[in-house]
Amino acid sequence: MLRLEKRPQPSQAWTYATPLLAVILTMLAGGALFAFLGKDPLEAIRTIFWDPLFSEFAFYYRPQLLVKGAPLVLIAIGLSLGFRAGIWNIGAEGQYIMGAICGAGVALAFYPLEAWWIFPLMVVAGAFGGLIWAMIPAVLKVRFGTNEILVSLMLVYVAEQFLASMSLGLLKNPQGYGFPGSRNLQQYDSAHNADLIDGSGMHWGVVAALIAVIFAYILLKRHLLGFHIRLTGEAPRAARFAGVNPSRLILFCLGTSGALAGLAGLFEVAGPSGQITIDFNVGYGFTAIIVAFLGRLHPVGILMAGALMALTYIGGDIAQSKMGLPSAAIQLFQGMLLFFLLAVDVLTNFRIKPAKKEVA
Amino acid sequence: MEISSINPILLLASLIVAATPLLLAAIGELVVEKSGVLNLGVEGMMITGAICGFAISVNTGSPVLGLLAAAVGGATLSLLFAVLTQFALANQVASGLALTLFGLGLSALLGQGYQGVKPPAFPHVDLPILSKIPVLGPILFTQDFVVYLAFFLTLGTWAVLKYTRAGLILRAVGENHDAAHALGYKVVRIRVMAILFGGACAGLGGAYISLIRVPQWTEGMTAGIGWIALALVVFASWKPWRVLLGACLFGGVNVLQLNLQAAGVAIPVEYLAMSPYLITILVLVIMSADRSGAPASLGRSFHASN
Repeated sequence: MLRLEKRPQPSQAWTYATPLLAVILTMLAGGALFAFLGKDPLEAIRTIFWDPLFSEFAFYYRPQLLVKGAPLVLIAIGLSLGFRAGIWNIGAEGQYIMGAICGAGVALAFYPLEAWWIFPLMVVAGAFGGLIWAMIPAVLKVRFGTNEILVSLMLVYVAEQFLASMSLGLLKNPQGYGFPGSRNLQQYDSAHNADLIDGSGMHWGVVAALIAVIFAYILLKRHLLGFHIRLTGEAPRAARFAGVNPSRLILFCLGTSGALAGLAGLFEVAGPSGQITIDFNVGYGFTAIIVAFLGRLHPVGILMAGALMALTYIGGDIAQSKMGLPSAAIQLFQGMLLFFLLAVDVLTNFRIKPAKKEVA
Repeated sequence: MEISSINPILLLASLIVAATPLLLAAIGELVVEKSGVLNLGVEGMMITGAICGFAISVNTGSPVLGLLAAAVGGATLSLLFAVLTQFALANQVASGLALTLFGLGLSALLGQGYQGVKPPAFPHVDLPILSKIPVLGPILFTQDFVVYLAFFLTLGTWAVLKYTRAGLILRAVGENHDAAHALGYKVVRIRVMAILFGGACAGLGGAYISLIRVPQWTEGMTAGIGWIALALVVFASWKPWRVLLGACLFGGVNVLQLNLQAAGVAIPVEYLAMSPYLITILVLVIMSADRSGAPASLGRSFHASN
């Protein structure tokens, strides 16, 4: 049998190697899964990871990489701050929805006025929507000690119902022939989050995601608040002695992640998706949790993990239409990735040695 | 339809049906948490149990075999969690989330081709004499046997935790794993068994939804019940009887809002559908002041070298 021996320091090499190892293991296990479903595993893996980038239709898929990756990175950056400090916001999906509703609400309130300040105002409203939604678990935790995991998750279901009510009621398109869903913001120039360079997929959300990565990096490396976040996660007792104010940290981490998730929702509704509909949210808020861990809660890592995850979304779509691979298989594949990641993480903190004979 | 058209006896009878999956999942999770492990994957294990039970009972025609398969399915999934948290010493919160994401994907994959299929009907057990009691009879004693099973499981869990040596050891492991280890108890083995029990219970609870309560299969049909079960354990301050009370309360809220929807009250359907989640939050806020019942080692990893 084997036993684990704690390393005095987490291994630097394994810190970088474990995400790669997890991806490889997921590909192997995923290949086995696809083979079990009666598909050629090699072709499936190639379709998911290779075709979106290098096949003959890649010019069509590459912009999608930015479109799908931006919300994931934006949300995951926010989540990673909290996760580092042991503050678990798992309701980003709800904050994403509320950001989209608030942002779109502002745009629709001014329709059909054309003015330069409408889009900036929407951005503020989107961030505000996500912020308010995340502040509910934050304030409840600070004031009453309520578990933020459960509250933020419950609020996802509340937000989903609110989304349904909005797309059937207040925000419904009056010229939509009674169909649920709002006006399409892509046809409203002042509110449209269009590609900055035509056909590149590079919209304002991508810019925001890159800015978020840079700010998060500076915050964690160079700023006292970032140090406090890391300290609280790694040594909570030491953090208390160092005078870290836990309430402020909770409000900051949940608030930031909520605002970023709200922004992601806004950029999505004003751009790629275009309108508020009942099924507007597609699970970015939950996938971002995987992205945050796959990126080892490090801003640059998250950027790469977001790109990889976006790849599985696009490749999954291709595999679905070309090979008839069920979409649930891709969902399972993403879940597997998080599993393997957590499992191989043991190598970072422990050495594996053959067991000594047990005494007594 | 008006509010007066809601039949209180039928309402209370369906309250029991709505409370049972919650009770099953929450009792399982209570045992897990009593052993000092926080498994946030209840939702994933429930939905996996729901599809395992559904598929097996459709294919074999036997609802009992289906329930058995659901318990095995839930326990198998929880074994993954046990390996991650007890042997690879992964973070319990992250592993629980992984379990839920994985379970949702797995169930969607397994459930292809089962949408719109009707499962074999589940027999009701009318208890002799008791079912003839007016009012109480139709509410409590004409249910299916899983309802009774859930009740006796609660009773059993309470008795084992309170009066037996096994229960004492389980609680000791949850309160202070280092001390329990020093006394020679196998902390990891006990926790793995608790996790498996929790998985089996969650699986049963899921199958109850897909086989009896709804009964049909749709993707993501547990719709947060697993998370409400987690909240229920906090609500109950880790006491089995209060889990029963809480399950009835939440079952009642859910049934009431469904009945109000059907009765066509002036409140929009979406706002009624929000209510179970909002009430969960409210209850969490009220109960979170009292953390006296929480096991002291809850959520902490155990490694003999520490």
